Amino acid sequence: MDISELLAIAEHENALRRPIGIRCCTALGCQSAGALSLKQRLEEAVAEVDRTDIEVIGVGCMGLCGHGPLVQVDPHGVLYEHVRAADAPSIVAALDGGEATAPQGDPQHPFFTLQKRIVLENSGMIDPERIESYIAAGGYQALYHVLHDMTPAEVIDVVTRSGLRGRGGAGYPTGLKWATVAKSHGDRKYVVCNADEGDPGAFMDRSIIESDPHKVLEGMAIAAYAVGADQGYVYVRAEYPLAIQRLQRAIAQARRLGLLGAQIFDAGFTFRVDIRVGAGAFVCGEETALMASIEGRRGQPRPRPPYPAESGLWGRPTLINNVETFANIPPIIRNGAEWFAAIGAETSKGTKVFALTGKIRHTGLIEVPMGVTLRQIVEDMGGGVPEGRVKAVQTGGPSGGCIPAALLDTPVDYESLQRVGSIMGSGGMVVMDDATNMVDVAHFYMEFCKDESCGKCIPCRAGTAQMLHMLDLIRSGQATAADLAQLEQLCLMVKETSLCGLGQSAPNPVLSTMKYFREEYEALVRGERSEVRGQR
Amino acid sequence: MAARTFTINDQLISAREGETILQAAREHGISIPTLCHLDGVSSVGACRLCLVEIEGSRVLRPACVTPVVEEMIVRTDTERLREYRRMIIELLFAERNHVCAVCVANGHCELQDLAIAVGMDHVRFDYAFPRCDVDISHPLFGIDHNRCVLCTRCVRVCDEVEGVHTWDVAGRGADARVITDMRQPWGEARSCTSCGKCVLACPTGAIFRRGATVGEMERDRHKIAYIVAAREQRW
Repeated sequence: MDISELLAIAEHENALRRPIGIRCCTALGCQSAGALSLKQRLEEAVAEVDRTDIEVIGVGCMGLCGHGPLVQVDPHGVLYEHVRAADAPSIVAALDGGEATAPQGDPQHPFFTLQKRIVLENSGMIDPERIESYIAAGGYQALYHVLHDMTPAEVIDVVTRSGLRGRGGAGYPTGLKWATVAKSHGDRKYVVCNADEGDPGAFMDRSIIESDPHKVLEGMAIAAYAVGADQGYVYVRAEYPLAIQRLQRAIAQARRLGLLGAQIFDAGFTFRVDIRVGAGAFVCGEETALMASIEGRRGQPRPRPPYPAESGLWGRPTLINNVETFANIPPIIRNGAEWFAAIGAETSKGTKVFALTGKIRHTGLIEVPMGVTLRQIVEDMGGGVPEGRVKAVQTGGPSGGCIPAALLDTPVDYESLQRVGSIMGSGGMVVMDDATNMVDVAHFYMEFCKDESCGKCIPCRAGTAQMLHMLDLIRSGQATAADLAQLEQLCLMVKETSLCGLGQSAPNPVLSTMKYFREEYEALVRGERSEVRGQR
Repeated sequence: MAARTFTINDQLISAREGETILQAAREHGISIPTLCHLDGVSSVGACRLCLVEIEGSRVLRPACVTPVVEEMIVRTDTERLREYRRMIIELLFAERNHVCAVCVANGHCELQDLAIAVGMDHVRFDYAFPRCDVDISHPLFGIDHNRCVLCTRCVRVCDEVEGVHTWDVAGRGADARVITDMRQPWGEARSCTSCGKCVLACPTGAIFRRGATVGEMERDRHKIAYIVAAREQRW
């Protein structure tokens, strides 16, 4: 494979395109709402009218998951929502001036117009099951450019100057991590993609892999070249069967074209990627537990240092980045560090993908530039809550916190979210309305953490169980003010003494709700349920 | 081997390169409480009792796995650490069913010693009173999960010193249990050599010699470090 072959594939693929394209979402959300039979009906309907200028393409996530299955028609840009298989003939007929029976969406809604798509640039546009579709969108050209025109040090320099920070949650500077792995000594090095997304309500990484798997692979290959690795692993949870299937297919296709494997682009660079499927433990998203799991051991964290960059898989230097981080790499190489650094906020560059869920009109996947406010996301893009008022926004999953409605003008960047007692996290954003009791919310997340604690360190294992018990007492009106104080003290202790991030952040939902909604705890202690609309 | 000089609790201390804070502290008679640590087997930093404050470090560090760094300033006995240690011990007592009065290890128990050391006069948390099994299917030994603190010393000594790996951990969080082989009764675990090192390693009365009665079971834990030293010829 060389660049002329790559461009020939792109050219051939583009020549196959028909003037009118009916894009049908086949990501998991729309699939579960019947998108596969819809796509089949669309293909049949096109065949029935015998039009060769129309094609039906299965694409990845279009974003507005709550209104799925979604269909969009090019080049007109007409968007159809809640499409049933029975609507298919009318959608094809609408191209000849008929009336479609499916409701039309508004592609000019802020939900779409306020987005800035870098990670999701191909999502909903290309066919994730065909590598040619990715190559036609410019895919693998960044890898070629890197292998032929750049030294590993230059690649790391670009990533460093771009200001990209880890999208897994903690926001560690990506360039610095790459440089550390590159400088570490080892007879072999590894690159690991963390796709063990487990926060309740979060589906960013799943959508990225389902919609554009090659982009993640290309990002990993570029990283491998930069740090000197020849083997990669994608650690993906078993609960994501479609993502696993598409990733497997993508790896096989890339291997067949010589874009993964030995002698990629004849540049003397070898990189193989294998998939490791997690068995359903949330803690395996923690990097040291993830590595133990890949090595075939019990998925439990170990103390750091040594960090994986120094001693990772089988004791060798290992680069671990999140799915979204890798997906940012090809565009950064293509457009340059300065382009990326010009997007976003002062200390948080680029965009962030969020899974917008909860009590909100427009549920789905969005990618926004860093620095937009929560209010813009929730009220403008999400359309606000269907009933009542916004009460709080939960970011960062069980490691994050609840941000009250009064602070909705907080910009979305790593530091600002931390200042208000939450975290960026991997991108879960759950909107809560005023019918939600915040003690219930804290209880929900604590139950999750207690169930997912691996049991290795005492503060997390016994502490989460004890915190959950105390929340139970509070909810059932059996707690006293002294219990509240003790819960707070236990939270601080678990936060400061736990071995890994799971335990260290498990108290966050309790601490943040206690900080902003203390009156709800106190009302329960007094034996009343606070003024929550529609209280039980 | 190069030497390192650093400070623990305002006392200047010398340590060999690569030594942990815990090793250096113990050599100088400074006690740091531990539970999952056992001389002779690897450290896992799991019990969090040996957490210390290091100047310039944002987080608390486990002394058992943190190597000494030149000019490091360590505090092992601050108000905060004392309170956290007591809470950890209280959490352990509340988590399972520890009844010293009927325990074979009464008077020779590390958990009991720790409770006294941290000044635990009562437990401020509600007891969970879980249902736990007792396995006496092995002809020589037994395990009472009521008294297990999940320190995994049995797992490590069996794997690293005896080289058998009969013990491991199954289940998650509060449901975690040490198991023999593929969670069979201990008597049916065919990999077990009945060497008894797990009995030596256990800090409480969880793993015991059958036939021992209340307070009878004393153990010479130094044997494990002795075996390892003998094997590695570090006389």
